[in-house]
Amino acid sequence: MIPLKPIAKIASELPVSGIRRFFDIAASMQDVISLGVGEPDFVTPWSIREAAIYSLERGQTSYTSNWGLIELRRAISEHLERLYQVNYRPEDQILITVGVSEGLDIALRTILDAGDEVLVPEPCYVSYKPCISLAGGIPVAVETTAEEGFRVNAKQLEAHLTSRTKAILLGYPSNPTGATMPRALMEEIVRFAEANGLYILSDEIYDRLTYEGEHTCVPSIKGAYERTILFNGFSKAYAMTGWRIGYICAPSNILAPMMKIHSYTMLCAPITGQKAAIEALKGSEPQVQDMVEQYSQRRRVIVNGFNQIGLECHMPAGAFYAFPSIVSTGLSSEEFAERLLYEQHVALVPGTAFGAGGANHVRCSYATSIDKIEIALARIKCFVDKLKTERLI
Amino acid sequence: MKGESVREEKRCEILTILSRDGRASAEDIAKQTGRPESEVKDTIAQYEHDGVIKRYNAVIDWEKAGIDKVTAFIDVRVVPARDVGFDAIAGRIARFPEVRSVWLVSGGSDLRVVVEATNLRQLANFVAEKLSTINGVTGTVTHFQLRRYKEDDVLYLEAEGNERLVITP
Ligand SMILES: Cc1ncc(COP(=O)(O)O)c(C=O)c1O
Repeated sequence: MIPLKPIAKIASELPVSGIRRFFDIAASMQDVISLGVGEPDFVTPWSIREAAIYSLERGQTSYTSNWGLIELRRAISEHLERLYQVNYRPEDQILITVGVSEGLDIALRTILDAGDEVLVPEPCYVSYKPCISLAGGIPVAVETTAEEGFRVNAKQLEAHLTSRTKAILLGYPSNPTGATMPRALMEEIVRFAEANGLYILSDEIYDRLTYEGEHTCVPSIKGAYERTILFNGFSKAYAMTGWRIGYICAPSNILAPMMKIHSYTMLCAPITGQKAAIEALKGSEPQVQDMVEQYSQRRRVIVNGFNQIGLECHMPAGAFYAFPSIVSTGLSSEEFAERLLYEQHVALVPGTAFGAGGANHVRCSYATSIDKIEIALARIKCFVDKLKTERLI
Repeated sequence: MKGESVREEKRCEILTILSRDGRASAEDIAKQTGRPESEVKDTIAQYEHDGVIKRYNAVIDWEKAGIDKVTAFIDVRVVPARDVGFDAIAGRIARFPEVRSVWLVSGGSDLRVVVEATNLRQLANFVAEKLSTINGVTGTVTHFQLRRYKEDDVLYLEAEGNERLVITP
């Protein structure tokens, strides 16, 4: 028999996420306290769930328009106008996707030719680089550092510019660092993109989880609108990760080709999720505010906790991650994460999983109850103290 | 003006935290809100003094504790008295220890009273002997609680929750 031909190189060479290994270890343990979870610990607010149940009762189980329900697109359009004074036409400038995940994928496939480069400030969300590679592009890491609060600036981007550079992929507020972008800094980046004919892909899924200052919505910056592809979704602010609803906003000439890919590969986002999302935008602002307030409180507790333990940690202004430095322990971030998991049963993610600039840091999600955060901090303190005595011996 | 409203918000944040967890210490609240502990202590003391915070108590599932209680919701019709309106009668009713709550409500009746007793007979006695005989009470309709699903923001339903994976991107 002739051996089966190999699978595509691009798939076989795709690295496994650095998160995966820790997941397997943690899943086999009891009494793990996890600071490794990149999703809200809140359940979707009841009014949203109820709206979805109602839609099911009425038998709304079909495909929707490829674009998504017009009522949802209208609600998104009004929402963005109200929050950021940016205008997207519901008819042809907003596309409902299966999470921001699908949005990123089809946007990258739309703009990249083989060999095109995308500038990606790191540390960044684990999917950015693989999605770029899968679209035939080349991710170019632009390292940001703790000293700069993990914010990228135009000069750093410029240093990585080549004739093949096509786009910048930004994700602020940031997973994993919690960094946000002040408007002035973002304006410089937009100038840089304008000067070089670059697209800006802006993943603003954590926009509502901004605790200090105002969120900078990239397309609201002068000169950004025509070149920006804006991604957002319902997973984080509305605690709706399982519903799989996100959206892309872009000028119609850029969105139309994305819509073609979407119409062939996804058809549409699930209708139940879309119905739920309409309710989310219309009726759950108080619940969102309440969740944001609680995240912010947990954030202070965890960040002060780390600093007291001696793990230096800046106060993140957004998302729900703290990104302390573990350099004082003398361990690498993988060693730290692995030993902490084995010895104290606290799960977190080594910073290296998020690319350059992540070394010597760990990502700790505070999307978990204050009680659990306190226990986790106590265990981490125990671990760090033990490391100190080990080193003295 | 802006500073004023920020302060209001922070004050409200303390109340929100305490309404969720009455045992949250000043130290906990200071950590969560980023305010100095002494300031939190003073604010809480002021709330207690002003009666904004009425008291701290535990929410108990008596049924689970194996202790019997009967609860009834009673709609009471009354003739309001000259000058004092409903207040005098409401006050008389409210002072009975069996009475958990009294509200003046709109609709078919005037007062809505929640009464708690250890058994049915005790409750019936209260209605027949105490409540109905008050001067000015012209009628009562008693609804017995059959089952509790939610009270004071606490659900008495099967726990719901996210079974999140331990590590996600
Ligand atoms: C920065 C970032 N972008 C996108 C996603 C994926 O979101 P969605 O659930 O909308 O696919 C996540 C989820 O963790 C994220 O952290």
